Amino acid sequence: MSEVPEHRTPVALSGLSEDDPHLQSAAKNPLLVERVIAFNFLLGIVLVAGFGAAYWVNAEPWILGATMGGGLLFLGVGLVAWGKYLMPKGPFVEERHDLANAQVDRDAFAAAIVERGGGVIKRRKMLGGLLGGGLGIFSVVAIFPLLRSLGPLPKGTLFHTDWRSGSYAVDQTGRRVQAGDLAVGSIMTVFPEGTQDTDRGQAVDQTVLIRISNQNFTTQKGRETWAPLGYVAYSKMCTHLGCPVGLYEQQLQLLVCPCHQSMFNVTNGAIPQFGPAPRPLPQLPLFIDPQGYIRAQSDYHEPVGPGFWERS
Amino acid sequence: MSSDVVDTKRVKKQALGPYGPVGKALGELDDRLGVAKGGRSFLDKIFPDHWSFMLGEIALYSFVVLLVTGVFLSLYYIPSQAIVTYHGSYLPLDGQRVTQAYASSVDLSFAVRAGLLMRQMHHWACDIFVGAIVIHMARVFFTGAFRKPRELNWTIGSTMLILAIVNGFLGYSLPDDLVSGTGIRIAYSIILSIPLVGSYLGFLVFGGNFPGTAILPRFYILHVLIVPGIIIALVTFHLILLVRQKHTQFPGEGRTEKNVVGSPMFPVFMAKTTGFLFIVGGVTALLGAFAQINPIWQFGQYDASRISYAVQPDWYMGFLDGALRIWPSWSFHSFGYTIPFEVFIPAVILPGLIFNLVFVWPALERRYTKDHAIHNLLDRPSNRPKRTAAGVAVLAFLGILFIASSTDVIANFFHLPLSAVLWSMRILTIVTPFLAYPITYKICKELQATKGGGKRKTPNQVSRTAEGEYVATPAPVYVDDQHNELAPTEVPKFITAPPPESDDDGVRIIER
Repeated sequence: MSEVPEHRTPVALSGLSEDDPHLQSAAKNPLLVERVIAFNFLLGIVLVAGFGAAYWVNAEPWILGATMGGGLLFLGVGLVAWGKYLMPKGPFVEERHDLANAQVDRDAFAAAIVERGGGVIKRRKMLGGLLGGGLGIFSVVAIFPLLRSLGPLPKGTLFHTDWRSGSYAVDQTGRRVQAGDLAVGSIMTVFPEGTQDTDRGQAVDQTVLIRISNQNFTTQKGRETWAPLGYVAYSKMCTHLGCPVGLYEQQLQLLVCPCHQSMFNVTNGAIPQFGPAPRPLPQLPLFIDPQGYIRAQSDYHEPVGPGFWERS
Repeated sequence: MSSDVVDTKRVKKQALGPYGPVGKALGELDDRLGVAKGGRSFLDKIFPDHWSFMLGEIALYSFVVLLVTGVFLSLYYIPSQAIVTYHGSYLPLDGQRVTQAYASSVDLSFAVRAGLLMRQMHHWACDIFVGAIVIHMARVFFTGAFRKPRELNWTIGSTMLILAIVNGFLGYSLPDDLVSGTGIRIAYSIILSIPLVGSYLGFLVFGGNFPGTAILPRFYILHVLIVPGIIIALVTFHLILLVRQKHTQFPGEGRTEKNVVGSPMFPVFMAKTTGFLFIVGGVTALLGAFAQINPIWQFGQYDASRISYAVQPDWYMGFLDGALRIWPSWSFHSFGYTIPFEVFIPAVILPGLIFNLVFVWPALERRYTKDHAIHNLLDRPSNRPKRTAAGVAVLAFLGILFIASSTDVIANFFHLPLSAVLWSMRILTIVTPFLAYPITYKICKELQATKGGGKRKTPNQVSRTAEGEYVATPAPVYVDDQHNELAPTEVPKFITAPPPESDDDGVRIIER
């Protein structure tokens, strides 16, 4: 303990005298700056303590934030000012040493990898190949769990909804919708009965029901029977990115997607009038049964929602 | 030990050596780890005093705020999509069927002490984090700090930007409110748009068709463990490289390629940077206290068949949303297959191109300028007009895309037809970069020709000599504009008392 080894005596190291200009503070009036900093610290202490008190009594969030934020801010400003104005102003310098080593060291490094390491493999090519093959196969196999257990394969699920031939249209609460329920020009969201409170029902089967007129209405050729008594139903999923097409511009008879402003004309088969949506909203063929309930003739004739590779 | 030793304070003090208990403890540490030399040179590390070097600190410290507030939130948030009937402290929601994720997010805002403050601080810190990274990157880019030998740190930083954006989106999604759920829906549709594998990828990520019940637990573990873990590792590596390669600096008196001039790590920089940590934390807390952000209780539970008007993502996703809005509806159908170009190009190809450009820029510049030298002195942006102009053009392009993410709000606010706003955005997106490049280039060239740019002009004093001749002499430079810095000196190993004072206690006398 008492004998410090010779090589550890720090005598040869350089020093600066206390009155060296580099060690003086940058402030022109250090006393004033010190007072200002002290005032900052005091405010910070009061506010931080206030935060503790406010937290203890469960004060309003803004009081908690104001005391904590103000406290930290004052302490921080004081500390920055201390460092900037009262600590040695310098400037100090540090030499940079080349990052690159001498060529001989670089060669030795490369030789260790190429000759010492590579030589081992070169001598036993077969072993290297086998090991490489094993690791390669493992790295491929390691992806399998991701592919096979993270989720099911899509199969046909993207092509169908839960609308079937004869499905009753129901509202969010599950009440069946009847022919007299909607006035001309009004709109509601319907689901095939039984799916109204399932995730899939809301995400995939969601359908807008609009009453365009009092008479049977034809939106497009070949869809003459699809809109009895002026009831038209379209998939509510935007064909751009799947947002619900939730806004109805009654005067212009446009369905508008609030996400990216695609607009669909409900009178002509929901052909996009504006915006980035590439396809019309699929139309659901409806019929009204003898009891007056609105029901589906079948599922949608094409996949609903945004585009994907397998969609023809 | 012999009994006749007088155990006074003084003897004890002498036994500890000149630096007291701290010196003793450091000695013990050095015996075991040999840290004295390395630790000393770490404390001596020089930090340049330019303000622009603090931008990265904002990013670092807002990340610290994110970690602290995030740990707090994770104590109360439940990552579950199970449906419960809400009976919590937010009365308007009473009796509603909501997911546990949403219920716990609302309850941690209202029932947990400082919960709302922590949630808002976390969200603000995230917006600041990404913003600070972008501005820090802009500084590094425009001053050429990414050049050899620092390309690797540029790559690490760019990776962290992507991770920050991804993690911001993941966290934004967790409360399962109406707005964030719509964001997840859009993310799913974007995955679906990838040719060939899109539907498979979507099903793997979501555990089935959208929405399923797996996505929030998956997002949660990514958001609180995996992505932040990677970010922490990269931050560490980023800082290790910064110490290893030392800071860049702006050219100036006494500053060369072979040195760094500024303040030492300890205590000057340590004081300033710790103070700055407090300031970033304080500002975030004040924002959390006074600026409402993401009031999920107003949006309500996510329901795939409901939507709200004027839904916008956080600012850093704005450029993507804008691109999706203005890209035309060009879908490709053929041979029984569909490529949803209307989504795939703006949401996958475009960000891919931009980030790849960011990653390869140092290599591109090396190849184009054939400059393979080591650079430690920074460029003035005006001295590299092409690089500066290219950077401004890309930022302008992204800026217009960002503005395009609020076409509907702009149209409403200015009472303009939506189509007019959309078409102006389309045109501006294409035109702006091509305008920004030459304008920036020209400004840079003009600045190059200006001597003493940034300095105040001094008047000429005109005086008449006795012979009647008028002589104009420039007045001296203003005192504040004068270069009044001392010549830089090495950080002193020891600070000695000035010579005249003698023999006081505590004076260290160095003798050979």
